[in-house]
Amino acid sequence: MSAGQPPLDSPEIRRLTPVLGPGHTFGSVTDKISSIVLTRPTSFGWFVGFAIAFSLTGVMTIAIGWLIIKGVGIWGINIPIGWGFAIVNFVWWIGIGHAGTLISAILFLLNQKWRTSINRFAEAMTLFAVACAGIFPLIHTGRPWMAYYMFPYPSTMGLWPQFRSPLIWDVFAVSTYGTVSALFWFVGLIPDLATLRDHAVKKPAQIIYGMLAMGWRGSVRHWHRYQSAYLLLAGLATPLVLSVHTVVSFDFAIAIVPGWHTTIFPPYFVAGAIYSGFAMVLTIAIPLRKAYGLEDFITMRHLDNMAKVMLATGLIVAYGYFFEFFLSLYSGQKFDLFLVQQRLHGPYAPYYYALILCNILTPQLLWSYKLRHNVVVLFLMSIVVNVGMWLERFVIVVISLTRDFVPSAWGRYQPTVWDWATFIGTIGMFVTLLFLFVRVLPAISIAEMRELVAETSEEEK
Amino acid sequence: MEQHRSHIYGVMAEFDTPAELVHAVERAREAGYRRMDAYTPFPVEGLSEAMGLKRNMVPFITLLGGLAGGLGGFGFQYWVNVVAYPLNVGGRPLNSWPAFIPVTFELTVLGASLCAVFGMLALNRLPQPNHPVFNVHRFVHASSDRFFLCIEARDPKFHLVETARFLQGLHPHHVNEVSDD
Repeated sequence: MSAGQPPLDSPEIRRLTPVLGPGHTFGSVTDKISSIVLTRPTSFGWFVGFAIAFSLTGVMTIAIGWLIIKGVGIWGINIPIGWGFAIVNFVWWIGIGHAGTLISAILFLLNQKWRTSINRFAEAMTLFAVACAGIFPLIHTGRPWMAYYMFPYPSTMGLWPQFRSPLIWDVFAVSTYGTVSALFWFVGLIPDLATLRDHAVKKPAQIIYGMLAMGWRGSVRHWHRYQSAYLLLAGLATPLVLSVHTVVSFDFAIAIVPGWHTTIFPPYFVAGAIYSGFAMVLTIAIPLRKAYGLEDFITMRHLDNMAKVMLATGLIVAYGYFFEFFLSLYSGQKFDLFLVQQRLHGPYAPYYYALILCNILTPQLLWSYKLRHNVVVLFLMSIVVNVGMWLERFVIVVISLTRDFVPSAWGRYQPTVWDWATFIGTIGMFVTLLFLFVRVLPAISIAEMRELVAETSEEEK
Repeated sequence: MEQHRSHIYGVMAEFDTPAELVHAVERAREAGYRRMDAYTPFPVEGLSEAMGLKRNMVPFITLLGGLAGGLGGFGFQYWVNVVAYPLNVGGRPLNSWPAFIPVTFELTVLGASLCAVFGMLALNRLPQPNHPVFNVHRFVHASSDRFFLCIEARDPKFHLVETARFLQGLHPHHVNEVSDD
């Protein structure tokens, strides 16, 4: 930092790029956020968006229905490429979820104030992304009605799951992650549900929000325990979120397939997950703040910070790509060297170059302050990163499996229309759930915004 | 007086700012009141201390949940692989504990989280659909922008008129009786 420049945390800098627009009071943040749910008429745009998303969910339902009737043969998977789209999409979705937990847990522990107005919908995004992710391994089993085999239960056959297998670790990691994310989200919602109960005019809304709020009355004794529980959940969710994508990377790294069997996978997968998750948070936040006029709450400071996190995690991912490459060359192992050659010159090389373009080269534009403050550029950038991270998983799964050890085991992978229908359908389901969420629950934590009002008004004194 | 008390839950004062409420709580404690509760739309800094709240049981319950999840998770995997269905794969040890760590870790977090949330709710006696404070018409603002202090009738020092006068002296917005039914 050069002399004469105010320190980054100084009041001047904060006033220039606030985390909360000026002039807000406890009442105004409450009214503004709760009115989106309670009084604002549902806009035409909402219905159009919801209709499109819900139609895509219908496409997913048809695709899964047909899959259950016909079996996984309708997909492009074959031997040797048994994983295909199902696993690519599973890893992509679960990675997206990670940003929500990172924002709500890690930034909470680090006492980052800018987390406040984005944590609620980021957590919702996590839940919905985990729901989408969970579909894929389930239907990939081929007989989803037998999925309970993966859980340990006393069967008449006396058999138990193989606890030494990463696939069983995955079952425990993902189901724990889903459960803890739901708990974290719900605990955060309790005070806001009480606000909606007290502000609701119509009887059904009063009853439903009242039941969900469980009689929360804001007693200081309750807050006292509530804060302990929330802090503990944040502390528990932090190692959990790091463990989930680590376990997902074990699905690959424990196998001996070239390009998978590497120790850099866990950290590189976690960084990639956060990278894609922040991209998705931006993809959602930018239209959301525009549609509901939340520019005072989700300010440029938030978008700027998220862009910076994207840039940083993107660089870690770039480092991961580089070292994957380097270690293959350094090992001198012919199968690893062949994999590098296949990535650069094989039939799927265009995907690899597209991945480098999306994940490494384009995001370097985020170094520019001007571009980070251009909402349209940020939105497009977030889409590019989402695509790039999907390509990353495609490259990892498909190139390694199509170019195994013996040429007789080589193959090609071509996704079918049903692969695409299922994938696009889950995007539809994700967007549908988000549309419903912003309509019936406060997309920004009202109680935490009041805390922010109290803190900022103290600073101004 | 006794007869009257049974219909009264307490007396409630309403304040505009968190600072006024913290001040009021301090004054009430100085005046010797102990059975009281404050209601706020967000956790107010310094209020727990002013109320004299000590450490709570949530962290301890969470610890128990984590221990149960972790020990139970590892113990279960040990039992499955060593006792219930021992499978000799190339002479590798049955208790291959490093492979059991991921599931043990996940179950530790799961047990601790479930206990943190449900322990917090149970200690707070929630869900509790109704409570006397909801009888006060203005209490809807407790979830929005007002700060309430309720001195309860079960406090030995409680006297309807005296306590109301005491609260009035703290310059609140309103003072209300809280009825019990």
